[in-house]
Amino acid sequence: MEPIIAIRDLSKSYYRESLEIPVLQNISMDIARGEFLALMGPSGSGKTTLLNLIAGIDRPDAGSILVNGTDVPTLNESELAEWRAQNVGFVFQFYNLLPVLTAFENVELPLLLTPLTKKQRREHVEAALGVVGLGDRMNHTPKQLSGGQEQRVAIARAIVTDPTIIVADEPTGDLDKRSAEEILALLERLNSAFEKTIVMVTHDPRAADRAHVQRHLEKGELL
Amino acid sequence: MKVFKLIFKNMFRHKLRTALTIMGISIAVMAFALLRTVIGAWYVGIEATAPDRLITRNSVSFIFPLPVAYRARIASIPGVSNVSYANWFQGVYIDERNFFPRMAVDVETFFDLYPELLLPAEQKEDFKKQRNACIVGAKTAKKFNLKIGDAMTVDGDIYPGRYTFIVRGVYTGRDRATDETQMFFHWAYLDEQLKRDMPIRAGYVGWYVVLIADPAQTAAVSAGIDEIFRNSPSETKTETEKAFTQGFISMSSTIILAIQFISYIIVGIILLVLANTMVMTARERIMEYAVLKTLGFRTLHIAGLITGESLLIAVIGGAIGLAITFPITAGIGEQLSNIFPVFLVETSTMATAMSFAIMVGLIASIVPLYRAMTTSIVDGLRHAG
Repeated sequence: MEPIIAIRDLSKSYYRESLEIPVLQNISMDIARGEFLALMGPSGSGKTTLLNLIAGIDRPDAGSILVNGTDVPTLNESELAEWRAQNVGFVFQFYNLLPVLTAFENVELPLLLTPLTKKQRREHVEAALGVVGLGDRMNHTPKQLSGGQEQRVAIARAIVTDPTIIVADEPTGDLDKRSAEEILALLERLNSAFEKTIVMVTHDPRAADRAHVQRHLEKGELL
Repeated sequence: MKVFKLIFKNMFRHKLRTALTIMGISIAVMAFALLRTVIGAWYVGIEATAPDRLITRNSVSFIFPLPVAYRARIASIPGVSNVSYANWFQGVYIDERNFFPRMAVDVETFFDLYPELLLPAEQKEDFKKQRNACIVGAKTAKKFNLKIGDAMTVDGDIYPGRYTFIVRGVYTGRDRATDETQMFFHWAYLDEQLKRDMPIRAGYVGWYVVLIADPAQTAAVSAGIDEIFRNSPSETKTETEKAFTQGFISMSSTIILAIQFISYIIVGIILLVLANTMVMTARERIMEYAVLKTLGFRTLHIAGLITGESLLIAVIGGAIGLAITFPITAGIGEQLSNIFPVFLVETSTMATAMSFAIMVGLIASIVPLYRAMTTSIVDGLRHAG
């Protein structure tokens, strides 16, 4: 199958004062269109850094990342922002919803950057919240929702722009077993029913088992 | 949902902190406007001056008088269209604290030279007819409940003795800057008393008011007046009414400077209050800004959120501050009416206070803006967890 993400010779280091800390070293991998990939590895293995690089929120020191034909690291900040808005849906471990906004408004946020009309935005938001099963919680603020519901709102926010890929960083890491199960089922459904390419970072082997492919990182190298 | 709505919701995330900040800005803006109003009240006399009026006084000092006989000679100078004169009487009305300007004036000419003092014609005629008549300003009449026909007894201090006047008219001001606290009576009445009790002081006036036909001739006419009295026992100094008034104000220049300085310190305080709030706000929201950037929002959007919130707080605080300035100024103006006859919040004061509030709103957002703009998405997201 044609890879939607093609990573070649990717390296990334962080610097603490003058000390160089290599995080990723010469990573090369392909992720096929419509794949559900789990990135696993111990803390500090570089899996979140790899996810950030794929999603265009960090820049590599060397190497290339082609996502749907776009060499992401070559884009400038403004192009990168636009590219992220159109191509990437983010799901974070701690949901990262804006607490002052309702579920509807949180999901609507990415659409404010599009030329859609208010009516069209409403249709998109309602559809996304319907997919995650929160059509009846649209006017609830994050405080009025459970952890699982908050994560479902975050997933609705991630899919509302119909992105090319969905990146999820420990999406079940802050949830109880039952809520985690619901989120994983939802991600599976997005992958199978809507053919979304999903890259998920997780520590949890049970979560990883739901993915089609598992890749392991250790000390910045792909095993 | 619009960005403005998000700014508004963000602003009230910490209701108490925002309310206290707005309150702090309101009080500071009110204090600033109040101090600027005090400064304005000092200078309001200049606003009330006319370009075609000159003041001729003794060249040595204002406190030395000039002979009343100078009037005819001043009137003969080319370019002079009318001449009047007055004496500062002062005195004590009921109590020393009841200060308001009390002056002996030439009844035939004085009101002709001051068209901004509006006095009904019949009251002006009644004033001229009665030797111990007086005219009071509307504010003084109101303050002391004086009506036409009432007697006013004033104990003289510069001119010792007890003087009883009958109120024959109440003038109002044509312009907002016109002083409505003054009291005028016949110079001739004072001179009669002096002739009887202190003849050596009779026949003198405090200053002349000279009306000129063409304000462009101010320098020539002033020089002409002073020239004819050169080497006389009472040499004169003639200047525009504006320069004359400014001379009085310059005596208080240090106080005015201090008030101005304090007013700018208040602007600094507003800045610190708001900057503190905005720095705390931005620190708390670093993660949210990172999330927004992740979703595709650009640095400019984030800058708009931060600056918008800072400006909104500053503008609301400024508007409330100005709103409370009016009743407070009215109350203080009432209490200080003997010192500041005109104590009004100028439009320019409101504009300056609001401009400072807006400027403070912008400056207070600089540090949080810098932090939000220079923090990478990855660092911002780490801030969350």
